[in-house]
Amino acid sequence: MNKHASPNLKAAKIAGGVHTDQRHDSAHKHVAGTAVYIDDMPEPAGTLHVGIGLSSVAHGKLKSVDLSAVRSAPGVVDVLTHADVPGENDVSPSGMHDDPVFAEGKVQFHGQPIFAVIAETREQGRSAARLAKIEYEELPGIFDIWNLDPEKDKQVTTPLTLTRGDAAAAIAAAPHRIKNRMKLGGQDHFYLEGQVSLAIPGEDDEVIVYCSTQGPSETQHLVAHVLGVPSHAVTVEVRRMGGGFGGKETQANQCAAIAAIAAKKHGRAVKIRLDRDEDMTATGKRHDFAIDYEVGFDDEGNILGVDFMFALNAGFSADLSGPVGDRALFHCDNAYFYPHVHAKSAPLYTNTVSNTAFRGFGGPQGMVGAERVIDEVAFAVGKDPLEIRKLNFYDPMGAEGERNVTPYHQKVEDNIIHRIVAELAESADYAGRRRTIDAFNANSRFIKRGMALTPVKFGISFTKTESNQAGALVHVYNDGSVHMNHGGTEMGQGLHLKVAQVVAEEFQIDLDRVKITATTTAKVPNTAPTAASSGADLNGMAAQDAARQIRKRLTDFAAEKYQVPTDQVVFLPNRVRIGNQEIGFNELVKQAYLNRIQLSAAGFYKTPKIHWDRAKGRGHAFYYYAYGAACSEVSIDTLTGEYVVERTDILHDTGRSLNRAIDIGQVEGGFIQGMGWLTTEELVWDDKGRLRTHAPSTYKIPLASDRPKIFNVALTDWSQAYEPTIHRSKAVGEPPLPHGMSVLHALSDAVASVADHKICPRLDAPATPERVLMAVERLKAEAAGK
Amino acid sequence: MTKTRNEIRFLLNGEDVALSQVAPDETLLDYLRLRRSLRGSKEGCAEGDCGACTVLVGRLTDGKLVYESVNACIRFVGSLDGCHVVTIEHLRGEAGKLHPVQQAMVDFHGSQCGFCTPGFVMSLYGLWMKEPKPADAAIEKALQGNLCRCTGYEAIMRAARAISSYGKVAKDPLAVERAAVTEKLTVLRDGSRVEIGAEKHRLIVPADVDDFASILESEQKPTIVAGSTDVGLWVTKHMRDISPVVFIGHLDGLRTISEKDGLVSIGAGVTYTEAFETLSKRIPALGPLIDRIGGEQVRNMGTIGGNIANGSPIGDTPPPFIALGATLTLRKGKARRTIPLEEFFIAYGKQDRQPGEFVEAVHVPVPAKDSYFAAYKITKRRDEDITAALGAFLLTLARDGTVASIRIAYGGMAATPKRARAVEAALTGKPWTEAAVEAAMTKYAEDFTPLTDMRATAEYRMLAARNLLMRFFAESQGGKAPIQVSRHRVA
Repeated sequence: MNKHASPNLKAAKIAGGVHTDQRHDSAHKHVAGTAVYIDDMPEPAGTLHVGIGLSSVAHGKLKSVDLSAVRSAPGVVDVLTHADVPGENDVSPSGMHDDPVFAEGKVQFHGQPIFAVIAETREQGRSAARLAKIEYEELPGIFDIWNLDPEKDKQVTTPLTLTRGDAAAAIAAAPHRIKNRMKLGGQDHFYLEGQVSLAIPGEDDEVIVYCSTQGPSETQHLVAHVLGVPSHAVTVEVRRMGGGFGGKETQANQCAAIAAIAAKKHGRAVKIRLDRDEDMTATGKRHDFAIDYEVGFDDEGNILGVDFMFALNAGFSADLSGPVGDRALFHCDNAYFYPHVHAKSAPLYTNTVSNTAFRGFGGPQGMVGAERVIDEVAFAVGKDPLEIRKLNFYDPMGAEGERNVTPYHQKVEDNIIHRIVAELAESADYAGRRRTIDAFNANSRFIKRGMALTPVKFGISFTKTESNQAGALVHVYNDGSVHMNHGGTEMGQGLHLKVAQVVAEEFQIDLDRVKITATTTAKVPNTAPTAASSGADLNGMAAQDAARQIRKRLTDFAAEKYQVPTDQVVFLPNRVRIGNQEIGFNELVKQAYLNRIQLSAAGFYKTPKIHWDRAKGRGHAFYYYAYGAACSEVSIDTLTGEYVVERTDILHDTGRSLNRAIDIGQVEGGFIQGMGWLTTEELVWDDKGRLRTHAPSTYKIPLASDRPKIFNVALTDWSQAYEPTIHRSKAVGEPPLPHGMSVLHALSDAVASVADHKICPRLDAPATPERVLMAVERLKAEAAGK
Repeated sequence: MTKTRNEIRFLLNGEDVALSQVAPDETLLDYLRLRRSLRGSKEGCAEGDCGACTVLVGRLTDGKLVYESVNACIRFVGSLDGCHVVTIEHLRGEAGKLHPVQQAMVDFHGSQCGFCTPGFVMSLYGLWMKEPKPADAAIEKALQGNLCRCTGYEAIMRAARAISSYGKVAKDPLAVERAAVTEKLTVLRDGSRVEIGAEKHRLIVPADVDDFASILESEQKPTIVAGSTDVGLWVTKHMRDISPVVFIGHLDGLRTISEKDGLVSIGAGVTYTEAFETLSKRIPALGPLIDRIGGEQVRNMGTIGGNIANGSPIGDTPPPFIALGATLTLRKGKARRTIPLEEFFIAYGKQDRQPGEFVEAVHVPVPAKDSYFAAYKITKRRDEDITAALGAFLLTLARDGTVASIRIAYGGMAATPKRARAVEAALTGKPWTEAAVEAAMTKYAEDFTPLTDMRATAEYRMLAARNLLMRFFAESQGGKAPIQVSRHRVA
């Protein structure tokens, strides 16, 4: 591809507009090893490196911290503790002041940073950090939530309650009631690039921090807070991350702060890059949940009332646990209408690392709770769970009924789950394969098959209203080339590409005329983190706004110069028709420049319609919903619990996709990540509160050989966003992740076969081979009459 | 008299490198990224599990140049003498274009965040050179040591299947330059011992096995490094001081596989990949087992000898070798002794190896035609996972259908790889029936008291271990119904 080729002035369409399949803008650099991540940047001369000192106990008072051996180790320039923090020793993203940069007086989890060694080399910093002599007065610790009381035990922030109708009465009056609990494990992000920051000191109070962060603005604000300087002194920049998944929404801030403190103190560039074990030990993860549920239902399997308690392991501080618990409640209905519902969250304090955002942000946990309830009802009434699912769906879009109100009193107006499930059941031959599986199981003693089809309805918008805004900055240079910048960050999801497609479309110029540039707080201020699947929705709109401003100026200019009405200025591919003549886009731009037309614009967008009253538990929390469904089939070995995924079919809704190739990648990757969460990814803490699975040798994310043997992924080609989103596309980051539930439920279905599908397996997650085998044993014993 | 030189010499991409300053624990990845600013190879885990640092290392095996994927993060520079290191920066296609592997990855959307991508490209490159049109099973095997968190792998698989339509292996620079590189490497292997450093920073690359034996007799507590898939982590994770290091992975005298009178003898320096070819043919049940040891990069580096010599209770080769009745040859100076393999493992962290002694070879009997052998590995994740429990079984039936002999050995169930003698006793002489097997399954508690750890609970280990005997029995009975889940149907 020759980027300097002249634009095609006769093209019928631009190359790379919206709704076209485009390769990731950095793909050619990814494959060549030339895409630059923070640790790959050339270090300024004299760059110092950080080794981090972590707590070796989970809960205790710091009796003495003797760092003399650390200080005198080879290459050590300085050792930082809380005493070296110029501003506030806190990186809490929620204003709770409970997230110290360095532990002060006490430690609250095993692996909490206590000090940072600043050394000439990273190896020297890491080695020296091990020489600290720290005495603790150990205190009793809480290392899991299984035995905590969600009503009484300590919570890190205010819980949420959602109520509609009278759940208690409806359950009490129901023909059938079931009450139980599900344990649902957490998940490490395992972004391939760990936490990393490079801080370069500037003049006066200035510092620039290159940081692998999903939220540059928040990183900027917290670094300023920690340094005790105004935000204008701090610039945070990121070109790309080596994966984020929510793990760099708030968790990047501590490293950024440490690097910035050291850089300002020593007037030298400072880089911190956590080792994988440190990263997994010292930074937060997806919350594990204890889900207590009680459901009342009738003989047919209609749910009449539900009561949920979602207790989540917040860890030692609030971080984002409040909103994560909220989103679990927002999704405790998944795609189902509950006539009466009562749901509470309980973000519980424990002496473990503070859990945080992770793709789905509590939503998947809420949906897993909903699907467990469906399973319970299905086994109780003796029906295929898919029947119970369909029976309890919200009314479809356009229906006149009243079964369309969520537990938070928002009306579901765009429901397309019926059509998606029907199409998927057809294309995956659910009914036919169900018969095949039954026949297989009847003739197979040790290997059993199972299948499940699970739906997804995912709410799109930040529930924190102020996060639903975005900015962009677009420059058109006088040669007609375009510089594009916006507040979103690139972590592999193709956000920059999609936004560039939007800008190319507005100007009607080929995609390669639009330059993608690093996200920096100096160009677009006060941005939301790239999270909640919002990246393209928000930033695409903001960039479109900026481009439209410039296009309008060009239009007005052309109309005036050529003396035609503005409606006779039409942007065609790489050219503009003005009255009866056409001139190249570049030529028009050149003329505009010569006539002193401003060719730069800041764009802005805020999501309309949404509002949310947390105290009342009511509101229009989501602008719209994204839908999808997955059908998975598995084989399990009833002697060992080992399993394979035989086949998965997914049909997913991304509205009028901006770029189907990118969206398919999001769906495939999201599913596999969700499957990993619910199957082999097991976080294990020991009885001292130490994480034992802190590296890939012990923490097992899916491999290529864990993919379904047959894996069919399709996007709905008929849906479009109900609301006027960017080109009627829908968000795609998080919604596919819960498709992993289809594997958990297929495993559950296979387990159920050992007791003739008469007993609900209540398979907890992650469903490791061990959990599968133990569930098989339990069901066999129960079926045999204990 | 052995010649000595004081520099490590190797080829890096297109360049001759001679280093006289090398720390004994300097990793290839640090060398590339820090000393050479070749930053295409990434550090994702620093323990050989994620593959983001994958590079190819070419070396001469029986005079033939073989390129294999390895993890640069746990490969020591000192082990590269006489090798050709190929990094992502060396890949190129014709006329300034991307390499076929790279272009396929681009066209099939095989990258998202891109951080793991150079590693995937290198693994696929290594595969493509050996097998231009691989089946899915081969691709998955080649990628067992590469983690991707974004794509879900499907796009990478599509790319991998398409590579051969992008170019011919014969036109690849490594193929074109094969003769020249072979000649260069031949020259680099000058029969010298390499010694670098002093005091606490010493490394030694012995000239040959005799030289190695004599070094071991004179050095105090040397660290012997073959594949560094274990010792690498002592450095990257535990920051242990490992000097003096004696590198032995290159020693031809330890890299031989031979067969005589039904005994396969494997030199201690033979890698899993090299052993696979012979073992999977002669003892087919070992093929699928070796395929599940580490990832491809680890199998290309790690050695059978290291798997035994490090004494781990969860090494994957000792249980099947013990069940098969393998013996081990240890050497000290010129003296050799051969012992039953199971006697090598004395207790946790304690083996029957004297100071100055080293494991030279393991001798594995090929099971008799009328016997039945199987080995089963249980893990949380199917591939590239460390064993929770591993059972190996060798059964010979008498003419009357009773058990003439049975040898059962487990890993992960005790402090060492261990025989299930009570279970064996319960079965020996009995009819080989389900009833007898079920009776024997009650004897496991006499043999084992497994632990609970992050891989499995004691209860699961015990239950699964017992059930493996049932699996073994069921498989010995034949029949149509599947006994195990399988990733790929056997053709």
